[in-house]
Amino acid sequence: MALRVGCAAPPGKALENKTGTWRVFKPVFDPETCNRCGICAQFCPEGCIRETDEGIFEPDLDYCKGCGICEEVCPKESIRMEKEEK
Amino acid sequence: MLEIMEGSHAVAEIVKRCRPQVIAAYPITPQTHIVEALAQMVADCELDADYITVESEFSALSACLGASAAGSRVYSATTSQGLALMFEVCFNVAGLRQPVVMTIANRSLGAPLSIWNDQQDSISLRDSGWLQLYAEDNQEAVDLHMIAYRVCEDHDVLLPAFVCFDGYVLTHTYEPVSIPTQEEVDAYLPAFNPYQRLDANNPLSFGMYATPDYYMEFRYEIDQAQHRAKEVFAKAGREFAEQFERDYSAPVEGYRLEDADTAILAMGSICGTVKDAIDEMRDAGKKVGLLKIRMFRPFPADEIADALKGVSTVAVLDRNISLGSGGAVGTEVKAALSGSGTAVYDYIVALGGRDIRKKDIAGIVDLAEEGRGDMFYGLRTEVL
Amino acid sequence: MTGLPEGCDLFTPGHRACGGCGPALAARLLLKATGENVIVVNSTGCMEVFSTPYPETAWGVPWIHSLFENAAAVASGIEAALKKQGRSEKVVCICGDGATFDIGMLCISGAFERGHDITYICYDNEAYMNTGIQRSGATPYAASTTTSPAGACSPGNVRQKKDMPGILAAHGAPYVATASIAYPADFEKKVRRAINTPGPCYIQVHTPCCTGWGFESGETINMAKLAIETGLWVNYEMVNGVVEKAKKVKRKPVEEYLSRQKRFQHLFKPSHRDDLIAEIQKIADANAERFGIDIRSKEPIE
Ligand SMILES: Cc1ncc(C[n+]2csc(CCOP(=O)(O)OP(=O)(O)O)c2C)c(N)n1
Ligand code: SF4
Ligand code: SF4
Ligand code: SF4
Ligand SMILES: [Mg+2]
Repeated sequence: MALRVGCAAPPGKALENKTGTWRVFKPVFDPETCNRCGICAQFCPEGCIRETDEGIFEPDLDYCKGCGICEEVCPKESIRMEKEEK
Repeated sequence: MLEIMEGSHAVAEIVKRCRPQVIAAYPITPQTHIVEALAQMVADCELDADYITVESEFSALSACLGASAAGSRVYSATTSQGLALMFEVCFNVAGLRQPVVMTIANRSLGAPLSIWNDQQDSISLRDSGWLQLYAEDNQEAVDLHMIAYRVCEDHDVLLPAFVCFDGYVLTHTYEPVSIPTQEEVDAYLPAFNPYQRLDANNPLSFGMYATPDYYMEFRYEIDQAQHRAKEVFAKAGREFAEQFERDYSAPVEGYRLEDADTAILAMGSICGTVKDAIDEMRDAGKKVGLLKIRMFRPFPADEIADALKGVSTVAVLDRNISLGSGGAVGTEVKAALSGSGTAVYDYIVALGGRDIRKKDIAGIVDLAEEGRGDMFYGLRTEVL
Repeated sequence: MTGLPEGCDLFTPGHRACGGCGPALAARLLLKATGENVIVVNSTGCMEVFSTPYPETAWGVPWIHSLFENAAAVASGIEAALKKQGRSEKVVCICGDGATFDIGMLCISGAFERGHDITYICYDNEAYMNTGIQRSGATPYAASTTTSPAGACSPGNVRQKKDMPGILAAHGAPYVATASIAYPADFEKKVRRAINTPGPCYIQVHTPCCTGWGFESGETINMAKLAIETGLWVNYEMVNGVVEKAKKVKRKPVEEYLSRQKRFQHLFKPSHRDDLIAEIQKIADANAERFGIDIRSKEPIE
C-alpha cells in the first residue's frame, strides 16, 4: 500500500490489530444472573462488549485484552475471569 | 507601476494579495514591520484573514500548522531567535506536508545577541524539509512569495517554504517595487486547494507515529518531494515570467559568468554589492563573474555545476557558519563540484551585520586566485 | 462517513493501550460525548502512541498530532481556520498531564488568554507514562516515580498537584471542570457542556494508569472511585471562575486508596509512615474543606 502523504490514515485501520491475542484471562459472562444494566460495556476500555440481538452482553474476544474491569464493575457478579487455554 | 516603499511593506502588500485566511506571527526585529502592516490591513478590513496574536513563535507556527491542516492558506513571518524557537515545529510542518509560506527577515543568532543581518537563522534549518528561497532585492522578495505559494501548494510538492530576505538591508530599505494588482495575483495564484484536510465529512488521522517499518519511507518521500519542487519551481517561475516579465525560473542565476575564470557564489542582498564589484574588476580586466543562488533548498547541485563549467576558481561567500566545520553553502558547493577540477574556497563574511564592501569582494577574489580560502574574511584582528 | 462497521465506537478497538488503561476509556467516552462533528488534537504521549501506530488509527473522527507541547496552539489555528471557512466542527484537545501541566503551559495560556472557542481536555494519569513513569506537575505528593523515587531521604514526589483548573479559570475560561472515568455519564455531560460553551473550556479527567501506579488492571475503575471517595480527587465544575457543583462523598481515609498502589508502597513498608500518610490526609481534608464535599448527617446528596 502506498504511504499516505503526511503520515495520515483513514478510520478503521486499528480494527486490523486483534488485541485479543494479548489475553491471559478471559471474561465469562453468565446470562442467567445478568440484569442487562450495561455497566460492563460502559467501562470496557476497548469498547468491545456488545449487547446481542438476544439482549445478552458478551465480549468480542477478537479485541478483549482480559483486563478484568468488567468483572470488577459488574453489580451482579455475572462475570468471571477464567485462565484461558490456548 | 513602480512605487517606492519599504521592503517590509512591499512584502505585506503581496502577502495580502495572496489571500491567506489565517496569519499567526510573533513580533521580532527586523520582521515587525511586515506583521504590523498585516495586522493593520486586517483591522481595516482590507484583508479577510484571522490574525492570531500568538504568545510565541512556537505557537505561531503551530497555529499555522493547525490552520493549514484544516484547509486554510496560512502565513507567518519571523527571524533569528524566533525561527530557532520554531525549530521543532518546522520539522513537523514539513513532515505533515503542510504548504506553509513563511517570510524570514534574515538575522544572526545569539549569543552574542545581535539584531543585525546574516543568514545563520534560515540556513540552520536546512535539514528541516522547508524549501528555501533567497531574494536579492525587494522586488524579488515580493515576487518569490507568489511563486512560493504556487510551488508549496502544488500536489506534487506539499511542502512549506521560507522566503528569505535580508534583515534591515532589505526589510527596512525603501526601493522602487512593482506590486501586482489583486486581479493579477488572483490570475497567477489560484485559491488554496488542499490535498487533504481535517474534516468531519472525511475523517483522517494526521501525524500518526511511525515504527521503524515506515519511518524511513516517510522521510524518503519528503526528500523526493523536495526534488520534485525544483521542476515545479521552474514551471511556476516560467509562468510568472510570462505574466509579469520578471524571470525567476532558474534556481541559480549567473552575472557576467560567460568567460569568467573566477566566480563568486553568493545568496541574498550581498549579490548587489558583488555585482558592482564585478563591474569594477571587469573594467580592470579581471575575468570575474557571480553565480547567485536563489534556491538553497532543494539544493541545485547540478545547476551550480553546470553554470560553473569552465570556471577554474570559485569563491563562496557564506553569511553563516557551521561552527567547527565551515560555511554551509561552501560545503555543499564543494560537494557539487567535487571531481570537476574547479577549486572552491569558502569565506565566512558579514556575520551579525558586518559591512562588506566592493573592495572586500575584490580582496576575496585575490585570495581565491592565490589559493587561499576556507577562512573568516574581514575579522577585526585588533580586537582578538 | 467514518466507514466504521455499524455499532462500532468512534474510538475503535484494536488500539495498543495496556489492558485496563484509564486514558483509553477516557478517549472512548470522549468521542461518545462529542459525536462525529469534532476535530481532535492529541499531544505526544501514551494516548497518541497507543492509538495511532501508522496506519492503524483508532480514531473515527478527524484527528491530528503535532508535538508534545503545542496542541493548544494547533487547536487555535484549526479554530481560526474553521471560523474563516464557516464550518461547524468543534475543536477538542486531549492531552496528558505532562503535556498540560508542564511543557504545554505556554501554548495553553496563550490559547486561553486569546479566548479561542476550543475545549482542552487533560487526561490526568499523574505522570509521564509514555516515557516510563516520570513525575509531572500533576503527580501527587509522596508518589514514587522514576524521577521522584522514594528513598532513604525522600518521601517520593515532594510537591502537591498543581492547580491547573484554578490557573485556567484565572485566564477567564467560562467553563472549567474536573471529571473521572469512574463516572462516565458525568464526564460525557461535562464534555458536551464544554464543547457547547463558547470560548476556551477546560476539563481535567482523572484516568488511573495500572502500569504506572502499580495495581491490577481490573482495578482501574475502583481506583478512580477511591480517589473521589477519599477526597484526593474532587469532581467539580467552575463557571466563570466560581465553583458551582462539587460531588459530595462520605469520605474514606486516604489509606484505603494509597495502600492499593505500588507508587505509595513505601508509605506502608518497610515501616508504616504515619507522618506521610497524615500529610496526605491533610491534603484530602483541605480539598474537602475547599469544595465542601463532605456529606454530613441530614444533608441531602447533591
Ligand atoms: C519536546 C519533547 N520533550 C520530551 C518528549 C518525550 N516525551 C514524550 S511523551 C512524554 C510524556 C508524556 O506525558 P503525559 O503528557 O503525561 O502523557 P502520558 O504518556 O502520561 O499519557 C515525554 C516526556 C517529547 N516527545 N517532546
Ligand atoms: S476483560 Fe477488559 S477488555 Fe475484556 S471485555 Fe472485560 S473490560 Fe473489556
Ligand atoms: S455489568 Fe453485569 S449485570 Fe450489567 S450487563 Fe454487564 S454482565 Fe450484565
Ligand atoms: S502506561 Fe498507563 S496510560 Fe499508558 S497505555 Fe499503559 S495503562 Fe495506559
Ligand atoms: Mg501522564
